[in-house]
Amino acid sequence: MNVLIDKFDVFAGGFWLTLQICILAAIGALVLGAIVAVLRISPVPPLRALGTGYVNVFRNMPLTVVMFFAAFGLPALGSNADFLRIPVLDSLFTRLGTDLPYFRFALIALVLYTAAFVCEALRSGVNAVPAGQAEAARSLGLTFGQNLRYVVLPQSWKASIVPLGSVIIAMIKNSALAGFFGVAGDLSATADQLTGAEGYAFVPVAIGISIGYLIMTVPLGALLDRIEKRQAVAR
Amino acid sequence: MSQQTSVLYDVPGPRQRRITLISSIVAGVVLLVGAYFLIYRPLDENGQLSMELWGPLIDPSNENFSQVWERIGLGFKNTLLAAALAIVASLAVGTLLAVLRIQLKSLIRRRFTGVATPVAYLLRGLSRVLSAVTRVCVEVFRGLPVVLTIFFVARGFPEFGLYFDNFWYLVIGLTIYNSVVIGEILRSGMEGLPGGQAEAAAAIGLSPAQTTRMILLPQAFRVMLPALISQLVVVLKDTSLGFIISYEETLNIGKQLIGVLSNPIQVYVVIAVLFIVVNYSLSKLAQYVQRRLARGRKTAGTPAQNPPAAALISQAGGGGGGN
Repeated sequence: MNVLIDKFDVFAGGFWLTLQICILAAIGALVLGAIVAVLRISPVPPLRALGTGYVNVFRNMPLTVVMFFAAFGLPALGSNADFLRIPVLDSLFTRLGTDLPYFRFALIALVLYTAAFVCEALRSGVNAVPAGQAEAARSLGLTFGQNLRYVVLPQSWKASIVPLGSVIIAMIKNSALAGFFGVAGDLSATADQLTGAEGYAFVPVAIGISIGYLIMTVPLGALLDRIEKRQAVAR
Repeated sequence: MSQQTSVLYDVPGPRQRRITLISSIVAGVVLLVGAYFLIYRPLDENGQLSMELWGPLIDPSNENFSQVWERIGLGFKNTLLAAALAIVASLAVGTLLAVLRIQLKSLIRRRFTGVATPVAYLLRGLSRVLSAVTRVCVEVFRGLPVVLTIFFVARGFPEFGLYFDNFWYLVIGLTIYNSVVIGEILRSGMEGLPGGQAEAAAAIGLSPAQTTRMILLPQAFRVMLPALISQLVVVLKDTSLGFIISYEETLNIGKQLIGVLSNPIQVYVVIAVLFIVVNYSLSKLAQYVQRRLARGRKTAGTPAQNPPAAALISQAGGGGGGN
């Protein structure tokens, strides 16, 4: 068990890096997912087709393939994803600004993949709003934009929280893949490093890594359960 | 488009139709121009559209064509094999887990009258502990990324003197994660059934085991079928994680091909299309089953239950997890 104490800083560093990926990817995926969701419910057919196509492509592709695209396809196009070196953000999330691009590649892949699920969660919320609400708004003469802004979205938000939370939990777990795509030092890469190259005993390392992920996923899951139960009572 | 979203706007009149048509054309043009500048141009400038790179994959007269597709076919066969075995195993284990958790839950409530008091307390304590243990196991394995489960199996089993093929490590890793998820799907399905079902079963004298086997499980399977099919999609996507333990599935074969042909974008496009076709049909099947079940339930006049939330949530995984 000594490895847990001796290497505590390694575990903590890995946890922090994984948390960084998760926060940045969650923000990115929520923004992109919201845009795609708007595309999917817009009245203009080509935009709708674009949104639907995006969701179908990314939802049915393994994240691994998206990661490979990002990690091998982008360099083949001569891109290092430098547009993600955002001046203020990279002082807080130091990996954004490093010369090794793998953190940025993993981030892009995670955002692209998760956005499809965020879109579906948001849309399921819109679908959960009773049709009569939107009809009533229309009969009052509200336009499409007003209808969404004042009537549908405030209600759909409530119904989307639980599915959105599940998507975020899944994303946290998916971020473990980043460690196998050259992002050195996150939790899963730490597991590989400690048990492989440094030859520590397997069980304590596995426990430490597992705790790292469970700290993030279990409380979030419990919170969601609670919200779900409260909503079930409220309805 | 579903009927639900079109409720957001009126049936368009002539003016609105004109506006929609114009904005459609504008949006279409913008999208095409965007696609040209953001996708076609960078690809073309870097020579990624040349026949040299695409040839082995799409040109049957290319010398490498048959060999390449033989390899991809092998990889895909391995992927399907691992996915099939994992889903069958996780269905079996998941069902057992669901039944176990339901039984333990009913055991907690039992008072064990008829046996001596200390024994009764012992039995109650035991069932409480067992219930807590299964609960913790479920929470832990559900909260861990499936990559790590596979990785832990592949690294951990040899430490305890268990040596298998990489294939079995992958299947075991996938089974551990997915049986827990399927177990939870089935359990919530059984608990979501109307209470009258179990009561009626008890009233006609079925034992708890019989009730579960003959009344609850078949209905839970039926209600949760869409969610289970979506889980199949997740398993299929998750088999691609076999590359971390160098199991020869589609992606790993793709990596080997790239090592020889050095055309990463092209190979991954082909692999992505393969996955999308298979998974898209499976998702469509899940939707179809869900619609049929909804129709069947309506005619039968039983209260409607809502699996969609579970179906949607379980789809969120894939390539690394779900919930």
